[in-house]
Amino acid sequence: MSTLNLTLKVWRQAGPNDPGRFEVYEANGINEDMSFLEMLDVVNERLIAENKEPIAFDHDCREGICGSCGMVINGVPHGPKKLTTTCQLHMRNFKDGDTIVVEPWRATAFPVIKDLVVDRSAFDKIIQAGGYITAPTGAARDANSILIPKQIADQAFDAAACIGCGACVAACPNGAAQLFTAAKIAHLNLLPQGQPERWSRTVAMVDTMEEYFGSCTNYAECEAVCPKGISIEFIAKMNRDYLKAKFKDRRAVVKVDMTEAAG
Amino acid sequence: MLSGTRARGVQPLRQRRVRPRIWIPDFYGSAVGKKAVMAVTGIVLLGFVLVHMLGNLHLYEGAEKMNWYGEYLREIGEPILPRTGLLWIVRSVLILAFALHIHAAYSLTVMNRQSRKTKYQGGRDYIAANYAARTMRWSGVIVGLFVIYHLMDLTWGMGGADFTKGEPYQNVVASLSRWPIAGVYIVANLLLGMHIYHGAWSLFQSLGWSHPRFNHWRRVFAAAFAAIIVIGNVSFPIAVLTGIVE
Repeated sequence: MSTLNLTLKVWRQAGPNDPGRFEVYEANGINEDMSFLEMLDVVNERLIAENKEPIAFDHDCREGICGSCGMVINGVPHGPKKLTTTCQLHMRNFKDGDTIVVEPWRATAFPVIKDLVVDRSAFDKIIQAGGYITAPTGAARDANSILIPKQIADQAFDAAACIGCGACVAACPNGAAQLFTAAKIAHLNLLPQGQPERWSRTVAMVDTMEEYFGSCTNYAECEAVCPKGISIEFIAKMNRDYLKAKFKDRRAVVKVDMTEAAG
Repeated sequence: MLSGTRARGVQPLRQRRVRPRIWIPDFYGSAVGKKAVMAVTGIVLLGFVLVHMLGNLHLYEGAEKMNWYGEYLREIGEPILPRTGLLWIVRSVLILAFALHIHAAYSLTVMNRQSRKTKYQGGRDYIAANYAARTMRWSGVIVGLFVIYHLMDLTWGMGGADFTKGEPYQNVVASLSRWPIAGVYIVANLLLGMHIYHGAWSLFQSLGWSHPRFNHWRRVFAAAFAAIIVIGNVSFPIAVLTGIVE
């Protein structure tokens, strides 16, 4: 087991209105089997011992499935390892003597709350606009009572793997949330349970997305950094469903307008 | 996620659109709609660029054939349409396509700048986006300016070289034998090639034309289209400069 001596350049920002700046920290004697967050824990312990403000960052499960953690490490969201969240990025991916630059997600829709913590509630607004199905209440139905072809189930599952971490927005030079929105739309639009609201969902979620985020220029940077490997094929599918929704089922689209007006 | 735990939520960057009843402005009002319009107008412009290049190959058949071809474009459609009738119909479609393509690009660029006001202070790495994709705005603006210059040079005869209306062969040779001008044509066409390399791939995504059966061909199509246009168009100034066409 070897240890690493690293130099960290970390974005420090006291609050949403503070301009923020980089601060340099020496992180010596880091165990290479630590995760990136555990390395920050060690740095924070030392800062606390010196009576200094620890570095604030989001985290929860530390198993790579909750979507809480995320920071831009050396210019790449979630750091250099593909298909990996920050909490699952181990220090063995770095070399002794490295300088590591750590910065929060940058997007106008994701304002910095403190240091590396950003407010991702704009994602919640997109989900609220249509990320649900209507289902009869009552006793739970038998599992597999609705038959779904294997390929469709697999595709829907691939889309549903999205953990909503926001790396796609962070990687996009336009601050666009197409990959997130496309994944959330696709995992419902592919399945039989999602069909009743298919067209109104697509229009409502895309329109809400466009209130907060930028537009897609098909760079595919989002796909490259996504820790769950969500494919930009879902973005094409979302575009197709949005275009279709404008022609098909005008009544569903109008109905959404009316419920919005009433609400 | 943090919603509900904070008193101050994230405010939308833009107002919710009031959806017009008529579907065309409704559709064009959304960014996804604008991208679809960019894709469709892009297809129209790709078609034009291809036919323009193929038509100009008449240059290699000599002055008589080339000048006949120029005249033929004016006469085509007669006598059902008046002289230059079809030509002006095609020109109108192209002008409309150009205008929409530029307007959509401009308004999406403004939207995207708003959506990422703060850049990465420590710099960023690009993993997937190639040079052509990242420079679309610049290649687009430069090619657009070049099109205006090209019209001034070889349609309106304001380019400074000897110009006689109705004699495209002589006009092309007179213009392109000035090597700095030939250089401008070559550079502009290389940039056009870059623009097509990303655009002809990107349009499939924007229109949602995605299927595992043909997705790997989309990149091949875009690269081949760009290569054909660049090779064809760049050959003209080189042919004039080297004296193959004189």
